[in-house]
Amino acid sequence: MSVMTPVAGRQAVYRLNPVAKVVASAIIGIALVISIDWVSAGVALAIEGVLFLWSGLSPRRFFLRTLAVWIAAPLAGFTILLYGRPSGAVHFQFLFMQVTDGSIELAIATVLRVLAIALPAVVLFVTIDPTDLADGLAQVAKLPARFVLGALAGLRLVSLFLEDWRSLELARRARGVGDSGRIRRLLGQSFALLVLSIRRGSKLATAMEARGFGAPGKRTWARESRLGRGDAALIALGVLVAAAAVSASVITGHWNVIGA
Amino acid sequence: MTSAAASIRARGWGWRHAGRSTWVVSGLDLAVEPGERVLLLGASGSGKSTLVHALAGVLGGDDDGERRGELLIDGRAPDAARGRVGLVLQDPDSQVVLARVGDDVAFGCENLGVPREEIWRRVRESLDAVGLDLPLWHPTSELSGGQKQRLALAGVLAMRPGLILLDEPTANLDPDGVIEVRDAVRRVVESTGATLVVIEHRVSVWRDLVDRVVVLEAGGGAVADGSVDEVLRREGAGLAASGVWVPGFEPAAPARATLAGSSRLLHTEDLSIARVASTVLHTGIELELASGRMLAVTGPNGSGKSTLGLTIAGLLPPAAGAVVVEGYPDQPVRWKSRDLVSRIGTVFQDPEHQFLTGRVSDELSIGPKALGMPGPEIARRSADLAERLRLDHLMHANPFTLSGGEKRRLSVAAVLATRPPILVLDEPTFGQDSRTWLELVGMLRDLLDDGTAALAITHDPEFVSALADDEFRLSVPEVVGG
Repeated sequence: MSVMTPVAGRQAVYRLNPVAKVVASAIIGIALVISIDWVSAGVALAIEGVLFLWSGLSPRRFFLRTLAVWIAAPLAGFTILLYGRPSGAVHFQFLFMQVTDGSIELAIATVLRVLAIALPAVVLFVTIDPTDLADGLAQVAKLPARFVLGALAGLRLVSLFLEDWRSLELARRARGVGDSGRIRRLLGQSFALLVLSIRRGSKLATAMEARGFGAPGKRTWARESRLGRGDAALIALGVLVAAAAVSASVITGHWNVIGA
Repeated sequence: MTSAAASIRARGWGWRHAGRSTWVVSGLDLAVEPGERVLLLGASGSGKSTLVHALAGVLGGDDDGERRGELLIDGRAPDAARGRVGLVLQDPDSQVVLARVGDDVAFGCENLGVPREEIWRRVRESLDAVGLDLPLWHPTSELSGGQKQRLALAGVLAMRPGLILLDEPTANLDPDGVIEVRDAVRRVVESTGATLVVIEHRVSVWRDLVDRVVVLEAGGGAVADGSVDEVLRREGAGLAASGVWVPGFEPAAPARATLAGSSRLLHTEDLSIARVASTVLHTGIELELASGRMLAVTGPNGSGKSTLGLTIAGLLPPAAGAVVVEGYPDQPVRWKSRDLVSRIGTVFQDPEHQFLTGRVSDELSIGPKALGMPGPEIARRSADLAERLRLDHLMHANPFTLSGGEKRRLSVAAVLATRPPILVLDEPTFGQDSRTWLELVGMLRDLLDDGTAALAITHDPEFVSALADDEFRLSVPEVVGG
């Protein structure tokens, strides 16, 4: 499964505009980054847990795709548990490590927060097709077409670079320099890949230019990208999750703005 | 899908790349009338690609080089004729812009500002015209080389150009792909009536499709111009000597010496091969390599020929079974890289993948250095190889700046420096001009006569008949993907 072949399916989530997905996950992310309490994160995560039923992913796929998040969250929590700002009763102490009531609470809040921000982002992003995202960024978000399409075409070269990398590795072994220090070999190989990728890139640029890319005059778009009702609903859901999380936290008195 | 065919006028036109002292093209006078189909010939370095890039308006601005004289399409500068001219290049992989077939064809139309409904009408028409019967959402990454080139042609066609330029569009394709693309081009020019200019060093591919041949000479202009038969009759021998594949002037392969006696150097036992561990391509492969003999591995694209070669060369682990080299208890894939280099030499399909240094001389000494040979011996071997392969005047050049033929010769020379008794060659003659072809065949003939065992993966029937003693044919495996 490469970057160019996202998960595909028939559910509503696949028809949503990628720009709406980016905006919705950004709203949740920003709201949850402001405070570091466990209530706001917990509420957001609880609502998201229900919404994930419509994520268009089977449970197996859901956990496979979000595996990194499930690993990263406890790790972040564990670090905070040992090194977080100490307060309250001390339960364990060793060198700079200190587990206290305060660090336990912070650790729980951190785990919930990482999950509440990263899970919706990953879930919404795996169903984004890069081509659709580029269409959305150029037509809806009005980013410059030259920049967006250049990046999109460049992305397609990534799979070629992976092939190149493999061949370079085999060639090094075949030429008798495959035993030497790994770091040195990686450096040399990276440089070779850079040379190859620049050459590929410039050939692609020529091909694009020959097809009128960057020509003066107005560009049209073969695929229309606009925000529809479903997209508005998704963004509204994002606002709802963020608002519910912040309100619950403020009402219960746990709202704790970072640095304040 | 008609649009008026375009005309070309060149008057004293020339181009010199920035920082170079010599003109690639100079004093070119040429008139091509609307609807003419021109085959552009010339030795490598004669400026064919430069002219075609200039016609496509992608040669660059004043920073990239200096121009003189006049080059006009329909009486206008090529930059102002965007959309009137379509260009298909040599490398299939570097021309695909987007991830889905339909989107890729639409790309040019979008840039020209064609309305949406009209774009999709043209996309379907163009895919039909090049014979690509695929859904619009089909991933471009899953196309074969020939399909990618037809896709590029469809993308060009959708722009409704009056002039179609093809820069060696079939050089990177297997024989089936060549026919596919040539036939698609024929359908397109016959239905649109567009002017066609094609560069190709295999004359036979385009001979029946073009009605005129123009021969360019390095630093000069057109040195011959006329009907195919007339130009080939007058210039055939000269063109063949400069590396063009001219029918009737094919290079004569040198004769093989009769084998005095041959011994088995390598064999496989119930070998299964896989590019990635999870996808086995073939099972039960039994073959052997013997001194002084060449085994040709043939078969269509995607049949796993390269995977077989890499497995035998000790670079990929067998999925099952064994590769056995006489006299060694371990399989080659377990050997140290330093040991491998003096026992099995591998020439990769793309020479650029195997270049490790910034200088031709360093490239030749890498293998011997890895073996710990003394300096004077390394220098002697490098000089000897460079001379035999006509690379001696390029010893300080950067390998990446060499021409296609020079790169191929260097990649072979670098492998020969450690004198491995077994050679694995992946498409050694792919896309080479007839001169380089003859040199490669001559050199491999000498190696075989001296007792080297060789395995050559190839699509080239002339190469097989010139050198191969045995042929091993692979079919496309039933399990594709994984």
